[in-house]
Amino acid sequence: MKADVQERPETASAGHVVADRVIGDVVLAVDNVSLAFGGVKAITDVSFDIRKGEIRAIIGPNGAGKTSMLNVINGFYHPNQGTITFKGKKRSQMRPYIAASQGISRTFQNLALFKGMSTLDNIMAGRALKMRRGLLWQALHWGPALAEEIRHREAVEKIIDFLEIQHIRKAPVGKLPYGLQKRVELGRALAMEPELLLLDEPMAGMNLEEKKDMSRYILTVNDQFGTTVALIEHDMGVVMDISDRVVVLEYGRKIADGTPDEVQRDQRVIDAYLGISH
Amino acid sequence: MVVFGQFLEVLIGGLLAGVLYSLVALGFVLIFKASGVFNFAQGAMVLLAGLALVRSLDFMVARGIPTWAAIVLGLLFAAVVMAITAAIIQRFVLGPLVNQDGLSLFMATIGITFVIEGAGQMIFGSDVYPLSLFPTDAWFILDGIFEGGLLVSKIDVWGGVIAGALVAVLAIFFQRTKTGRALRAVADDHAAAESVGIPITWIWFVVWLVAGLVALTAATVWGTKLGVQFSIVFLALKALPVLIIGGFTSVPGAIVGGLIVGAGEKIAEVYLGQHIGGGIEYWFAYVLALAVLLVRPQGLFGERIIERI
Amino acid sequence: MLYREAGQFKTSYAADMAIFPIRQDRIGVIALLVFAFVGIPLLAHFQLWPLGSDYFLRAILIPFLILSLAAIGVNILVGYCGQISLGSGAFMAIGAYSAYKFGTGVHIPLEFLGTEISIAPLPMIVSILLGGLMAAIVGILFGIPSLRIKGLYLAVATLAAQFFFDWVFLRVKWFTNYAPSGSVAAPDFYFFGYLVNSPIERYLLCLVFVTIFALIAKNLVRGNIGRQWMAIRDMDIAAELMGIRPLYAKLTAFAVSSFIVGVAGALWAFIYLGAWEPLAFSIDRSLQLLFMVIIGGLGSILGSFLGAAFILILPIFLDQVPHALGVPVTVETVSHLVFIVTGALICYLLIVEPHGFARLWSIAKEKLRLWPFPY
Repeated sequence: MKADVQERPETASAGHVVADRVIGDVVLAVDNVSLAFGGVKAITDVSFDIRKGEIRAIIGPNGAGKTSMLNVINGFYHPNQGTITFKGKKRSQMRPYIAASQGISRTFQNLALFKGMSTLDNIMAGRALKMRRGLLWQALHWGPALAEEIRHREAVEKIIDFLEIQHIRKAPVGKLPYGLQKRVELGRALAMEPELLLLDEPMAGMNLEEKKDMSRYILTVNDQFGTTVALIEHDMGVVMDISDRVVVLEYGRKIADGTPDEVQRDQRVIDAYLGISH
Repeated sequence: MVVFGQFLEVLIGGLLAGVLYSLVALGFVLIFKASGVFNFAQGAMVLLAGLALVRSLDFMVARGIPTWAAIVLGLLFAAVVMAITAAIIQRFVLGPLVNQDGLSLFMATIGITFVIEGAGQMIFGSDVYPLSLFPTDAWFILDGIFEGGLLVSKIDVWGGVIAGALVAVLAIFFQRTKTGRALRAVADDHAAAESVGIPITWIWFVVWLVAGLVALTAATVWGTKLGVQFSIVFLALKALPVLIIGGFTSVPGAIVGGLIVGAGEKIAEVYLGQHIGGGIEYWFAYVLALAVLLVRPQGLFGERIIERI
Repeated sequence: MLYREAGQFKTSYAADMAIFPIRQDRIGVIALLVFAFVGIPLLAHFQLWPLGSDYFLRAILIPFLILSLAAIGVNILVGYCGQISLGSGAFMAIGAYSAYKFGTGVHIPLEFLGTEISIAPLPMIVSILLGGLMAAIVGILFGIPSLRIKGLYLAVATLAAQFFFDWVFLRVKWFTNYAPSGSVAAPDFYFFGYLVNSPIERYLLCLVFVTIFALIAKNLVRGNIGRQWMAIRDMDIAAELMGIRPLYAKLTAFAVSSFIVGVAGALWAFIYLGAWEPLAFSIDRSLQLLFMVIIGGLGSILGSFLGAAFILILPIFLDQVPHALGVPVTVETVSHLVFIVTGALICYLLIVEPHGFARLWSIAKEKLRLWPFPY
């Protein structure tokens, strides 16, 4: 859990792209995963992988099992069959906070911010895993505990600068407009310095301007910190523009997997989105 | 045979006492199903209904009105009091709190509890008022099999009969009437129900009214057994463990839960209490509920909850 | 005009994270503390108004301080961590009876092992802190169900604690040192060898406890663990997906809360009551503490003080005002009025301002920052 993955260059917000992206080995593999709630099958025998440093999109019509897939990946749902392999470690059952401690963080389709807390506290909460001082030191709020608090505050301030939300630093998030809440949520996920960032419809309900901003943040995170991103999105334009590979789900099954171009030409994908005449 | 006879006597006594818990628990379930409100005030409503009934009854009897007429008028008066209470609660507390989370609503009903307790005692008085609607002596049954027979208290049997009748009436109300159907629709999804034209505030008023009438029914039995007094509120709290055991959303659960708690605590008191100091009826139901929670959080008859995000 | 923060620039994160980042607040709090620690004892010593008699110290200030402390404990669990508790009274009782046992000597016969455990009477301060510790341990035990159950279900679980411990302290005679009446009297209170006896000494002792624990509570809630508690409160599923362990966050909340409530219970028994029965810690006490927290402000340390003050002053107010106006009111009516006003206020605040008096206070401060110019 070193911060080396995430050393943020001073030029981050200025927009200088430094390194070329390198797509590496498989970081997360989903093998033959099935998930059912009672008799309802949400996911049936789906396999795909996510490679280090890529932006991987998961698309599909409503009810295709995309969010369920993310929930399986970060341990909230336990698959009935199949395994998840993250960084070479195979698992089928695990608590979500363990997935988080291994470096998976995420945002949510319907905002899941801590509504009673300020923007700053929300993002600081994302660093809970990284803070080590025990209760007694915290009770004193002095010495090592204070130093730790300040160190993490500095890291969080960098994220706040990056996402351009300085002005709402101390505002309670419950009262912020939707677009800003989405940004705070991204900030909270980034505060965990994840290796794999799962984004569930990061641009849902946004206008064009906000979508552009969000796309820029995602690309910057991916480019400069090497964070692997898996995202669910309905805006095909965005998906085709920013993702490296796309997996398509329909009724809980995988129907296509490949580069945006390949997927776009795939007959089954076209059928799924446009409907087939029987 | 004597040992078994004694056990049977304790069991029957416990089951019948449990029916009384079921009576209060029913009121909780009705409100919880229809509006998602966990109504801490149900016990206070039993107290209020009991006070209204017994005080009006005493008032009329003292002025020479025949007993049967006084009982009818007293019940009517208490029903009107419960209707007014329901209207006030709906209009001034739960109406404005619509769409709040369950915890806020729960705390609001604790507030309602205090208002009802304070106002009820201020208006109707705060002594112990004896109520005698039902016989309170006992039968001895099966004395051919067991020496001396088994003691069964008549008031408990009355309680059982009334609870059975109440469940039947409620079942008919829910299944056969228009309001009952609308109520079930509201319970499933109140926003959807409102969008198809079901008058939701009216429905919620009806729910609280029905819960109030259930409280009145409970008050007649409890009041006869114990006298109408403040401590009824705390006895009614035992409906909470009953609900945990039976499941919050299930009418059969409320009945079965009540029976389990009633029988369980009597048996525990008789066979376990004497070894560890007695009086364990006081907490047995709660600890039993705690144990059930750890094994089966949704209760015996509750629906399993799937968490989503 | 006086309440302005213009020109106060913060040059470090440490300054920004201070408890009272605005200078005027700092001055106000220091003045209040000086008054509480020096001013009130002086007034009492020279018997000046309003401390001409013991009444104000004994019947208002001491219970106010102790109940504020208990309310802080309850607020940590209910207001910050979102775990509703109807059993706080039981945890006060555990603190009180444990401190009593430690203060009078623990003696556990273990006949079947042919031995016994004997601990000589401990100093009172140690006993009180141990009382808090025992409450914390029991708090953790009763907090374990909170990992599987939520909200209202948990409320019933905490009721189980309330009724079970009511019974334990009534029926298990060991806890009351086999006192025939079931009522126990606190032993003399020595603070590092000095007998704490007069009202002013008792007041100062409570003040020391409350100041220290309020500071500790404030430090906890603004630090890492406080954010974890609030995250669990606001959205427990998201919190777990962010890497916050529900087990750790909830159980620490139960432990810290019960510890503070337990210490408050011990103080309540030793300093305020002197002699007590289990009835002193019944479900009425639990509900009263819950009301303080709701009225004062869920999730606010300041609110705990405001709520305690309100609940304590309301009955006195309802008793005195009609008398002053010449309207005769019976004791019974006053107690019913207290019920009605408290209950109605709870409903009103939940509808209009769920964060209670503390929120109203901070709104007032916001207004004051701009006053008298609206922009």
